[in-house]
Amino acid sequence: MTRIFAWIALIFGCVYFLLPLIGMAEFSLKMRRGVYSFDAYRKVFEDPTFWATFGYSLTLAAATIVVGVLLVVPTAYWVRLRLPKARPYIEFITLLPLVIPAIVVVFGYIRMFNTSSILPLTGSAIGTDFLLTMGYTTLALPYMYRSVDTGLRTIDVATLTEAAQTLGAGWITIMARIILPNVMIAVLSGAFLTLAIVMGEFTMAALLNRPAFGPYMQLLGANRAYEPPALAVIAFAITWGCMGLMQLVTRLAKHERAKA
Amino acid sequence: MIRRSKGTMDRLPLDWLGLLPFAIFALLFLILPTLKIVLGAFQGPDGGLTLQNMIDLNTASIRSAYWTSIKLSVITALLGGGIGFAMAAAVVFGGLPKRIRSPLLTFSGVASNFAGVPLAFAFIATLGPVGLVTIWLKTNFGINLRMMGFNLLSFWGLVITYLFFQIPLMILIITPALDGLKREWREAASVLGATGAQYWRMVALPILFPSLLGTFALLFANAFGAVATAFALTGPQLNIVPIKLFAQIRGDVLGNPNLGYALAFGMILITAAANTVYIVLRIRSERWLK
Repeated sequence: MTRIFAWIALIFGCVYFLLPLIGMAEFSLKMRRGVYSFDAYRKVFEDPTFWATFGYSLTLAAATIVVGVLLVVPTAYWVRLRLPKARPYIEFITLLPLVIPAIVVVFGYIRMFNTSSILPLTGSAIGTDFLLTMGYTTLALPYMYRSVDTGLRTIDVATLTEAAQTLGAGWITIMARIILPNVMIAVLSGAFLTLAIVMGEFTMAALLNRPAFGPYMQLLGANRAYEPPALAVIAFAITWGCMGLMQLVTRLAKHERAKA
Repeated sequence: MIRRSKGTMDRLPLDWLGLLPFAIFALLFLILPTLKIVLGAFQGPDGGLTLQNMIDLNTASIRSAYWTSIKLSVITALLGGGIGFAMAAAVVFGGLPKRIRSPLLTFSGVASNFAGVPLAFAFIATLGPVGLVTIWLKTNFGINLRMMGFNLLSFWGLVITYLFFQIPLMILIITPALDGLKREWREAASVLGATGAQYWRMVALPILFPSLLGTFALLFANAFGAVATAFALTGPQLNIVPIKLFAQIRGDVLGNPNLGYALAFGMILITAAANTVYIVLRIRSERWLK
């Protein structure tokens, strides 16, 4: 009896989740009348704006990951090593981006860093890019911090630090050559999630008026019929790829630990 | 070593110094921008303190935007939570093959992140006027969804679309909680003569209750703050709070910049309330599931 209900629940879920995926894939192949073709994809790949926005978002994702790692790894390390008391406060701050909607944060940016403020970041393209990177870093913060902190839990931070100090290592050496390699798996898993978030992000980029992939997709969706589902398939593939890589590194890590 | 033995007087501030980069980042790019909005909500055009913006929120159009947003978030959280719970329970207790579990969780991770613009495209291609399912129902069964009053670009269309990321989020969060239900509890209950329904009503659900309610709060906030999916699906005309705020930031459609602050402040209040419930209940539920 339970098993029948279980199968019904599962099959219902599968149908609901697979239909839109099939729908978008099928629609994206229908550009040429009467036959299935990859015309929509060719159109997308021939569009220079596609490559420009895709490259822009990819660059921002890389910058976000670098800033996120430089910010989160030393902070999480320091909290574990010296300031366990600060832990609840830091954790609370890292969870704030889940509470404050992204649209509110970016609204605050626009008003706080506008051209008439003391820090007029939105006045120049490079300044706005910087601001957008910071915005993405806050979006990724809850996932990055949690991932790195869990990674640090599995190593003996205090002993490693003392051993390195005894051998004459400075803080930068300790961070770059002891701590970072030890939490590399956690960092990578946070990085792939960050990549998935940044590539599809729409609100912040649109409101800061930057040529990112999300606003490009939205614009195309408002004006074309067959290219949008093709873009959706591409976006889904990116998300799937990021999650797959995340699983892969975690699994590899378990494998290594089992061997050791 | 020598430095450490100097005593706690100068060690304490030095330790706190290590958090400075993080503190500066959080202040500049998270806390101060939010405070700016909160303060702005209580300031008039001249900069003086006022409650006028809050009072001005009370117009028919803004009231209905909040109401639609809250309804949308509650319904998608309830439906998403319910269906997600059923699927997670099916995999954990339903006696389904063990092989299903890992792909389901991976897929949930992908689907819960597949929100925004592309998700809207996927649903337009499926349930839109010329979508796969719409056409299939029309040609094979003569069912015309549009004639039956269904429109993807409406409230219920939005509900169906939002469920695509709400259900997987529920599965991801609730599966560990279901795993935490100890087999011994079930055995103890059945030794004492409890039926399956009694076990659920009197043992499992009371234990799960905080995490269920907590996850509901998280799903609520997740739907309440979503902009991109709704915007790509319906454009700027749908009257929900995030879309209204989006239009206001782009072009001051409300005709009063400080009213935009008030609108945003209302959003923070509502998601903060939902998440406070989540955090408090999470702490309570973790006591049992350790």
